Amino acid sequence: MTSVEPTEAVTGIPFVLNGTAVEANEGELLIEACERNGVHIPRFCYHNRMKPVGMCRMCLVEVDGGRGPALQPSCMLPVTPDMKVETESEPTKKAQDGVLEFLLANHPLDCPVCDKGGECPLQDNAYAFGAGETRFVEEKRHYEKPIPISDLVQLDRERCILCDRCTRFASEVADDPLIHFIDRGSQTQVNTFPDHPFSSYFSGNTVQICPVGALTATPYRFKARPWDLDAIESTAAADTSGARVVLQASQNELVRTLGVDSEAVNWSWLSDKDRFYYEATNSPDRVTEPLIRDGGELKPTRWGNAMRAAARALRIDPERVAAIGGARLTLESQYAWAKLLKGVLGTDHVDAQLGDSLPAALTLGLPRTTIAEACAPGQIIVLMGPDPKEVAPTLYIRLRHAVVEDGATLIEITPRATSLSKYATLRLQTAPGTVGQVLSALADGQLDTNVGTVQAPELERAHQLLTGDRQVSVVFGRANLAESARYSADALGGMRRLVPNAGYLPLLRRSNIHGALEMGLTPGFLPGGARNRGGLVDKWPSTPEFEGHDTDAILKAAAQGEIDTLVLLGADPLGDFPDSTLAEAAFANIKTLIAVDGLLNTSSARATIVLPAALFGEEDGTFCNLEGRLSPIRAKVTPPGLARPDWVIAADLSHAIGPELGYTTLEELRSQMRATVPALDDVDWDEIDGADDGPLFRPERNWELEFGDPAQMPPTSSYGYRLVVDHKLWDLGTMSQHSASLANLAGPAVLRLSPNDIQLLDLADRQQVTVDLGEESWELPFVADPQVAPRTAWIPARLPGFDVRELLSAGRSITNLRLRTGEVPADVE
Amino acid sequence: MATNDYVPHAAGYVDNTGPKIVTSRFHHRDSYTLERYEATNGYAALRAVLQMQPTAVHETIKEAVLLGRGGAGFPAGVKWGFMPPVWPRYLVVNGDESEPGTYKDRLLMERDPHQLIEGCIITCFALGLNTCFLYVRGEMAEAQERIAEALNDAYASGYVGKNICGTDVSIDVVLTWGAGAYIVGEETALIESLEGNRGMPRLKPPFFPAAKGLYMKPTIVNNVETLANIPWIILNGPNAYKEFGSEKSPGTRMVAVSGHVNRPGVYEIEQGVVTYRDLFYGDNFCQGMRDGNELKMFIPGGGSSPWFFEEQLDVPIEGSLISAAGSMAGSGAIVVMDETTDAVKACLRVVRFFARESCGKCTPCREGTTWEEKILQRIYNGHGRPSDIDLLLDIGSQISPGEYPVAAWAEKGLTAVPFPPKQTTICPLGPSSVAPITSAIRRFRHEFEAKMTARPADEPELRPAGETWVAVEIADGAGNTSDVEAAEVHS
Ligand SMILES: Cc1cc2nc3c(=O)[nH]c(=O)nc-3n(C[C@H](O)[C@H](O)[C@H](O)COP(=O)(O)O)c2cc1C
Ligand code: SF4
Ligand code: SF4
Ligand code: FES
Repeated sequence: MTSVEPTEAVTGIPFVLNGTAVEANEGELLIEACERNGVHIPRFCYHNRMKPVGMCRMCLVEVDGGRGPALQPSCMLPVTPDMKVETESEPTKKAQDGVLEFLLANHPLDCPVCDKGGECPLQDNAYAFGAGETRFVEEKRHYEKPIPISDLVQLDRERCILCDRCTRFASEVADDPLIHFIDRGSQTQVNTFPDHPFSSYFSGNTVQICPVGALTATPYRFKARPWDLDAIESTAAADTSGARVVLQASQNELVRTLGVDSEAVNWSWLSDKDRFYYEATNSPDRVTEPLIRDGGELKPTRWGNAMRAAARALRIDPERVAAIGGARLTLESQYAWAKLLKGVLGTDHVDAQLGDSLPAALTLGLPRTTIAEACAPGQIIVLMGPDPKEVAPTLYIRLRHAVVEDGATLIEITPRATSLSKYATLRLQTAPGTVGQVLSALADGQLDTNVGTVQAPELERAHQLLTGDRQVSVVFGRANLAESARYSADALGGMRRLVPNAGYLPLLRRSNIHGALEMGLTPGFLPGGARNRGGLVDKWPSTPEFEGHDTDAILKAAAQGEIDTLVLLGADPLGDFPDSTLAEAAFANIKTLIAVDGLLNTSSARATIVLPAALFGEEDGTFCNLEGRLSPIRAKVTPPGLARPDWVIAADLSHAIGPELGYTTLEELRSQMRATVPALDDVDWDEIDGADDGPLFRPERNWELEFGDPAQMPPTSSYGYRLVVDHKLWDLGTMSQHSASLANLAGPAVLRLSPNDIQLLDLADRQQVTVDLGEESWELPFVADPQVAPRTAWIPARLPGFDVRELLSAGRSITNLRLRTGEVPADVE
Repeated sequence: MATNDYVPHAAGYVDNTGPKIVTSRFHHRDSYTLERYEATNGYAALRAVLQMQPTAVHETIKEAVLLGRGGAGFPAGVKWGFMPPVWPRYLVVNGDESEPGTYKDRLLMERDPHQLIEGCIITCFALGLNTCFLYVRGEMAEAQERIAEALNDAYASGYVGKNICGTDVSIDVVLTWGAGAYIVGEETALIESLEGNRGMPRLKPPFFPAAKGLYMKPTIVNNVETLANIPWIILNGPNAYKEFGSEKSPGTRMVAVSGHVNRPGVYEIEQGVVTYRDLFYGDNFCQGMRDGNELKMFIPGGGSSPWFFEEQLDVPIEGSLISAAGSMAGSGAIVVMDETTDAVKACLRVVRFFARESCGKCTPCREGTTWEEKILQRIYNGHGRPSDIDLLLDIGSQISPGEYPVAAWAEKGLTAVPFPPKQTTICPLGPSSVAPITSAIRRFRHEFEAKMTARPADEPELRPAGETWVAVEIADGAGNTSDVEAAEVHS
């Protein structure tokens, strides 16, 4: 029996483990209790984040619960007082031998060509507990190999030991029950249903938890041997949840990402985006040297040239300089760039958000809760934002678990049904433009009249649930880009009045956006959430002397020729800003466009100067997740060519401009941050690096949130279909598009309608629907989607086929479409 | 109209002169109709019960010591008492009868469906529940039709459904057809199947149906025959019931005899009174071995039970006595084999059944049973190795550790190992595959050894010594496999 170090002292249920008196926790499974007491019991099917099934029988140990010793699966057995457990007795060893011999009987033993070889629990257990040879001389099982069960995962069935981990994960954790056991006896196998691939956002987890090489990830298959891999713990930056990962590289190339079990955040699970988008780092399209536009073309240049040119363009009236982006950066780089832009150049036209979320003051100012607090048993969770599965998939897993397993109550207040709707106790269907008034009515206790699409009894029920004595957590964000952010802000104001002690979790897009907001990459704020004037004046060379623009206003100003130099910190306004017409107008009038990025996107491809930046996996730094939790971002490979970390670029640029930023190493930068931002004062970066759950960054907010009267609901029109636009996980975003395996996952843009409306519109036999908006018309493909509410139309953003931004305009409070079959109606507005 | 047509041999059933509790109507051609049922005291027990306290009904069944007829022989009244006071709770009727050799529940459902329905309703009433799920094996088309028709009639006549017989008692019976898997007869697998999942057993503990059954609610699972006894017990009282059978196992039970006897069929016999010798040789029953042959062995309680031989003939058919003698009464399926039987082949047949029917959930059964089958097939084909016999026994001991139950063999001074076996598996299916192996090898080792040197005439040439031949199945892209060629492996 292998020994493992005992971890923590326990008190509780006494039992006897191999003759020694030890203790278990109340209700603890024997396999866990033994582990904590230093005895490792081999296992295959047991996984501490899933329900035990007791299938593989590897964990059988001799247990005497009072009626004589018998072999029992320790993964299914809670310790009872005075239980006697023998993990090394003859019967136990014989059973272990037996199970291993059975498992290996049909196993192909193709370890030399199997990706799992070298890190395979079956190999390890066979060495540690097996007999070392087989008596099986019969023909082994054969299957066609491998079969793709999804775009990302392949299955070699003859290697499968049928532990039910992947299948349990799919149905129990991800709620995508698309892989199953089929057939019986020794022909039992894992497979998908015909024509239903395992297209789950979480499919990669099955590869990680498969105890053999049966499931392999297409991007990693045959790429490396485990013993050749270098590994480092880091944080996934594909979304804001801050899932903990291990980055693995071979020969200075990232080849794999694995989930790490962080109790606070991801419980070892990752979205496929978190897992596979390291591929973008290896993209052949990486910018590896500084580029400068020369005769209409971007040409390589030396850093010195690029810096001088950039410095020249930035040393102008600060009101004519703006910067968009920064969510891609590490916390350190965000601080450095905030200092360069605000403290050195003096501009406040700085925004890391792209007009598709909520005002930074709200995100920063609402009292923040944690995932664990929000998901605690018996809580009330309110979702007033986009579908968590699309925006922060690991958070979705936690929220779903809280509702399905831990008795949390979910209330949804959203314009369309989400992937959590089926678990919601109450769903308030708020048509675009109405959510502010709905929350206002709730806060005012006006529960006897319908508000928009929400019926009075629903208001009554919501009020009752929310004003009871259970703790309320609000997961909020911008649920619909086709309605003004104002409504969501109003709704939060209503929620503040209704449930004054609620905790909030923001659901924003773009990886380290919370770090960016905290470090002041947003107008009106300085690092630590300090308001511009007054904060930091004595610590930085200067601070902006005016209240800056957000991205929307920056682009408007630029369109009017008021901005000369625009810095893009990894942002792509042309591809990502909701009002593409405005973005285009702005770009036409910018004199110097400086892009700091590792990959060119639609916007940076038009830059005057491109400064090549290190990407994920190439630089050390810190991530700040949606809770404000700090965790390490670590370099595992070196940046390609001449690319540098963003904080180095900021320092060099500052040097070229004049005042220094005051650091030369990351350590110096961090000390400066600690000295500048009070809430970072006691942060110990070594501790962040070592912990599975990082500390929470919770700066004091010395200003009050202000909410005005909620905007009136837009008038209903008898024919209109209100548009809902939000983001899917797979879209045309830069990182996904440069990840070979993910690039094709973005589905085509189709207009989604409730099945009933398809009948009403007489579209049943048609392929396309005509969409009228103002003077223009479009012919779009459509599908019936029960997630869509009546009289609304849903089109996800940034998908191939149709750029829904053609329908969006920054000026419109809601977007009312007219839908019809091909014939031109008589009463066009 | 009810007729009095007398049918001594309703297909599969053999009438005899013993007491009749559950087969009393079988001799009527129209025994399955509501008219016949009502004309023969049908639903009288239900009317009586509706005037009683539910606990009194439960008490009556407990007093009668009605033992389960599905295999384990657990007293129904005691099992009913295991349910915690949690509602909703369910009754699940196990009509998935698939144990090799067993075909008595099918007759009960085909020939007297109302008796079963009445038993179900009385049980629901006694246990204070209002939904009963009746799960009928997928292949039993006629039973399904008869049950469905009977249930419709019972609903129409107010014996099932809302306000039964005008009282405020309401009980629904939901019919479900199986999809053809033996393992779904195991109660927790049946529950999984009812829930719409793949039929794989749950682990007990913690999933004892009485505590955490269907939809994790308290659930009683009873066999068809068990419940079919209930109307009679209610009408005649526990004492009348106990007048039949032995003290430990009162009443009658149905046994399904197949194999080399002159008159195979289903018999209702008194438990603990009739011995195997009576059954096989009695004029009233099977009337002796075919062609006057010698008995070689018999399976006393379904394919899962260890074999009995000549010297166990005088064991009375009763659960505890059979267990002590090294086997089990099980489902009452008795397979008789005469001297012409090839023990290796018989063993292979039974093991193959379990290998094919293993649900695949737990490793020892999934891998072990198929391995056993392959070795037995190889021995039978004449390609056995002397070490295979011990290997078979050792594989058995990995599925079922410790001494496996076997019958005594006085001649060799070997005593019986009592039932039940231990298991490394989730359910008893895996260990069932060990029963024929240990039984056959213990008694007929010489037959196995003989196969090592002689091949059946219809088998291909033996391979030269020192070589093992392995048939290679080649899978094509569509997932079909075919025996393409034999590859040579030098060992
Ligand atoms: C592998 C296996 C197969 C079984 N098949 C059946 C069956 O076909 N019919 C049945 O009534 N019980 C079957 N059982 C027994 C049931 O699990 C259960 O004990 C029985 O239905 C309880 O009813 P009873 O108490 O009335 O006997 C089987 C058990 C096992 C382990
Ligand atoms: S594929 Fe892997 S995880 Fe899934 S059942 Fe087989 S061995 Fe287990
Ligand atoms: S013993 Fe066999 S039938 Fe029973 S659960 Fe295990 S694999 Fe399934
Ligand atoms: S780990 Fe316990 S049975 Fe698989």
